[in-house]
Amino acid sequence: MKSITRQKTIEEIQQGLKGLDRIFIIGCGTCTTMTKTGGIDQVTEMKQKLQDLGKRITGWTVIPTACDDMTEAAMKENEQFIRSADVILSMACALGVHRMSLYIGKPVIPAVDTLFIGVEETPGFFREACTQCGQCLLGETGGVCPVTACHKGLVNGPCGGTNNGKCEVDKEKDCAWTLIYNRLKEQGRLDLMRRYQPPRNHHIALKPRSVRIQ
Amino acid sequence: MASRFKEALNSGKFVITSEVAPPKGTNLEKMFHHIDLLKDIVDAVNVTDHQSSVMRYPSLGGCLAVKERGGEAIMQMTCRDRNRMALEADLLFAYSRGIGNILCLTGDAVPVGDHKDAKGVFDLDSLQLLKAIRQMASGEDLGGNKLDGAVEFCAGAIVTPEARPIEPQLIKFEKKVEAGAEFFQTQAIYDLENFADFMVHARKLKAKVLAGIVLLSSARMAKYMTENVPGIFVPPDFIDELSKVPKEQMLAKGIEIAGRTIAALKKEALCDGVHIMAIGKEEVVPDILAAAGL
Repeated sequence: MKSITRQKTIEEIQQGLKGLDRIFIIGCGTCTTMTKTGGIDQVTEMKQKLQDLGKRITGWTVIPTACDDMTEAAMKENEQFIRSADVILSMACALGVHRMSLYIGKPVIPAVDTLFIGVEETPGFFREACTQCGQCLLGETGGVCPVTACHKGLVNGPCGGTNNGKCEVDKEKDCAWTLIYNRLKEQGRLDLMRRYQPPRNHHIALKPRSVRIQ
Repeated sequence: MASRFKEALNSGKFVITSEVAPPKGTNLEKMFHHIDLLKDIVDAVNVTDHQSSVMRYPSLGGCLAVKERGGEAIMQMTCRDRNRMALEADLLFAYSRGIGNILCLTGDAVPVGDHKDAKGVFDLDSLQLLKAIRQMASGEDLGGNKLDGAVEFCAGAIVTPEARPIEPQLIKFEKKVEAGAEFFQTQAIYDLENFADFMVHARKLKAKVLAGIVLLSSARMAKYMTENVPGIFVPPDFIDELSKVPKEQMLAKGIEIAGRTIAALKKEALCDGVHIMAIGKEEVVPDILAAAGL
């Protein structure tokens, strides 16, 4: 599982940093390193860009995994540099921003947008595979998720916008239901596609969702 | 009480429906004009629901206008813009005001329309909407609560006989029949041989099918649809036929093709009727019917 991110434009980042001149930058050694949006190289690049724009960088670090409790220790190690900054610029995904906001009390501004939870299908190509709906249908759909892979999230078969195996929103995008049909046909399990799927429960767990492991 | 349209469907006659599109704005004159033109020459008039995901005056409002002007309306209802509660509420309102027919559609995707940043809802799909209508007819809403006054609709759906691949569409078609769809209006069909194959399947399921007739207003439009509209395939012969006539006669040629297609469908008793979509050229629907000998 990877948190897939895209760097915000420098204009958007500047807007977020308006009036905040002393900056501490935190990147992440896991997902944003892999997507090249917030690893060491991108953090040092960002440092240079912001310095060129007249900002003062009080320090920077790349936390191995910014979404877990290592973040607290890493921030404590850099506490004096963080305290002397007006703001933390996060180059981790949104989960990292959440963590960083818990400690030291400095405002945290995200430098990346978190797009989806994805898998790397081929080197450098990431695709969303699960939307964490809480009612897994994959056993009935040949391992292709219609809630995620169909633009409309349809669970009872294709819409009329399907065209030669592609989707009406993008001629490059596969129609999820053609993929499901092909997979189930191969497996001799097309009867599963004939099954009626009732409307989904959008409140399997109330937002914000949480779970305690005993 | 069965709707007038349902009676026509059950009468065994060759049923004719057509459609009007509500305006973008509150000037309803053109829509009224189209309703007046169609209401006495077809069995029912569909009113589209933000077709192609373009925000417009609502289908429900258009249907009330059809009724007020003495016509029989089929309310098109997509699942794109409303969650199940809003859909149910609109069904209650439509029924209370005498709208007796619903066409259940999934709806086009939001990004193909003119509000590209809007949220696509799709809380239900077309099949679940059909089932919801049946459940509400039994006096219960989707929350399992008793309704004080149920609904009674003639509910139908769509099917795309020229979709490629066709098998996944046929599976969904069967599911719609099982869910109680009383009629089907198809996406545009041109190739009668292909359509006849589809009808063999539909007849087995005892589905009532109105073949979709989309007027070809020019060779360019025909080519565009074939290349860009999912599930529409205009045979090259038709495009050639249109290309051979001078530009100003193309519309007349398109009317002739549509009339010829309808006449052939009727003569060979291939289906239960037709649904004519003139897409902006509603003025010529009477001419199409005349060309079909109806």
